[in-house]
Amino acid sequence: MDDVLFQLTALFHVLVFPGFVFLVLVALFAEWVDRMLYARLQNRIGPPWFQPFADFLKLVAKQEIVPELADKGMFKLTPLVALASVVTALLYIPLWSHDALFAFPGDVIVVMYLLTIPTVTFFLGGWYSRSMFSMIGAARTLMQLFAYEIPLFLSILAPALLANTWSLTAMSHYYAAHPAYAAFNVIGFCVALVALLGKLERVPFDSPEAETEIVAGAFTEYSGRRLAFFRLAISIEMIVGASLLAAVFLPFGLGLGSVAGFVLYLVKVFAIVAVLTLMRTLFARLRIDQMINFCWKIGAPVAFVQLLIDLIAKGALGV
Amino acid sequence: MADRRRVNIPFGPQHPALKEPESFLLTLGGEKILAAGVRLGYNHRGIEKACEERTYIQDLYLVERVCGICSHSHSTCFVQAVEEIAGLQIPKRAVYLRTLIAELERIHSHLLWLGVAGHEVGFDTLLMYTWRDREVVMDLLAALTGNRVNYGMNTIGGVRRDITPEQAGQILTAMDVLEERTRYYIGVVTEETTLINRLSNVGKLSYDDAVHLGAVGPTARASGVDRDVRRDDPYAAYEDVSFKVITDTHCDVYGRAVVRVLELMEAYSIVRQLLKKLPDGPVTVKAPRKIPAGEAVGRYEAPRGENVHYVKANGTDKPERVKVRAPTLANVQVVAHMLKDGYLADMPIVVAAIDPCFSCTDRLIAVAHAEPRPPETLTWDELRTYGIDWYRKRGVDFTHLNRTFGNGAT
Repeated sequence: MDDVLFQLTALFHVLVFPGFVFLVLVALFAEWVDRMLYARLQNRIGPPWFQPFADFLKLVAKQEIVPELADKGMFKLTPLVALASVVTALLYIPLWSHDALFAFPGDVIVVMYLLTIPTVTFFLGGWYSRSMFSMIGAARTLMQLFAYEIPLFLSILAPALLANTWSLTAMSHYYAAHPAYAAFNVIGFCVALVALLGKLERVPFDSPEAETEIVAGAFTEYSGRRLAFFRLAISIEMIVGASLLAAVFLPFGLGLGSVAGFVLYLVKVFAIVAVLTLMRTLFARLRIDQMINFCWKIGAPVAFVQLLIDLIAKGALGV
Repeated sequence: MADRRRVNIPFGPQHPALKEPESFLLTLGGEKILAAGVRLGYNHRGIEKACEERTYIQDLYLVERVCGICSHSHSTCFVQAVEEIAGLQIPKRAVYLRTLIAELERIHSHLLWLGVAGHEVGFDTLLMYTWRDREVVMDLLAALTGNRVNYGMNTIGGVRRDITPEQAGQILTAMDVLEERTRYYIGVVTEETTLINRLSNVGKLSYDDAVHLGAVGPTARASGVDRDVRRDDPYAAYEDVSFKVITDTHCDVYGRAVVRVLELMEAYSIVRQLLKKLPDGPVTVKAPRKIPAGEAVGRYEAPRGENVHYVKANGTDKPERVKVRAPTLANVQVVAHMLKDGYLADMPIVVAAIDPCFSCTDRLIAVAHAEPRPPETLTWDELRTYGIDWYRKRGVDFTHLNRTFGNGAT
């Protein structure tokens, strides 16, 4: 009996709260916050709150076209894989308490890889669409992956190094015990924010889907339900990415209990979303070569500095 | 193996970056453009031919619709040529009003361009800001002429509407607002790092190439070609106002952006001078319905560059021939040159940097053959027979219908 109850609870966690349903709602709401803020910063009115929901429903209801030349299996499978992997990643991130739903030593690496899978699916989906625009978009997606992934990994792993653990839950406990140590990781936070922009393919790093150049990049041939899933996956990725940054770099107030903790969690996540929106408003799109140069010449060295700071701190503090 | 690395991608005729149908065939090696071909002819509307079948007054409204952005430039250019043939002396006030509308049009066109340029490099905030401010001048044009785009201000022998002193006051207030906003945009263009990164060293056009390929307008002036019809061959009221011809030596898209934002400042100054010196008097003289035989060329510095209209009159109320050379036709040759050896990512902004108006440009289609052939001329009947045969070969035959309805030709 207990066994069945445990499994039912786990299923509820995965599918409803804080799993799939909750994530979809928060992600679509965050998409609205992003669009609204973007509009207001540009002196526009912006969409009503239900617009992302309406867009999603509209796309789901639309006719779906699979290109004749496309590899049918890959074309149809990739959106689901993208969606599944981002939702799974959330289960290992501590959200509003010190403990994530599931944890094991090394889960930080798994989360990072789960967050990489969507990008790989964008590439595969675009590549197997066999259209010129999606293939160029896919190639750019992959190029961009190699540019932002190094700074992102370095900046997320540096705090883990200081905490002497590869588990996000254990990291959360460590920084709760030593809240001041989070101050060591400010540089890493900035680098991770910028790298997250690259991961989410947003301005200034949106050249993989630059509409004025290559239509919609890897997503050019997608329509209907599968496009809706891809878009949802990107929205959820934003929330999961923001949650990851919040868990790693802003590990405050996790012991406040569920209600206050939950509110604080949403505040953190939406603050990060707001920063991402602000950056999107401020800059022009970088060319892919400029993006790679930026990530390798500025992003990676700065992330190395973060790593160095954490190593020195670790030695000096004797942990 | 080398061939597999080359990819041909069609850029247009339908593409999100293009506001009008136009086709560019790009040969890519990775992200680099190895070769570019431009193909015009998707928007041929037969305006020149239509002009021959209508009276001069009707033509005036027709040529105004050559372009949706610089409509006043086409109607003024045409009307200047007609007035020259007819030998009309236009009242000074009318000339000033034409110039006033011309400069307001330049302001709205350049602000529009700045927004489009921002959009092409993924800087939508700039698009939203400039288009918001553009509304100021659009409202002004609507208040002065009754229309936002096709102003219908010109008539043969003058202008159709006068402005009141209150309207002059409104214009001056609007100029102050726009001047302040433009100062801000000059700052954005010359200081915003990501924007400069995207515009600098993109779409290079050297001084020699600009002259050789016959670039006009801001495209030429950004390559250091000091050429402006307003100063070189003054028309309308440009002789009476003082202004600087803005040139730049960056020879790239950045230079073209700088030229345009600085030209905005000159335009505000020209508008102020015009209103200050605006003479009293009538705004139109009576023009004859039939224009005496003769021919003339109108030149006009449109926002996009030199606009040329040729009109040949034969003594009736309809012109014998009208030829329109929109500025984009002169600049479109330059685009293929500028695209070569650039990046695919820069393609939209390089095309946008000439501020293209493809629909205005389409005058006739010349098909280039792979092997050189002597040019052919088809008469109207030959063209008709050719068309019938072309469809018949594809299984569409209207011979029966033609016979039934009595057209006769087979």
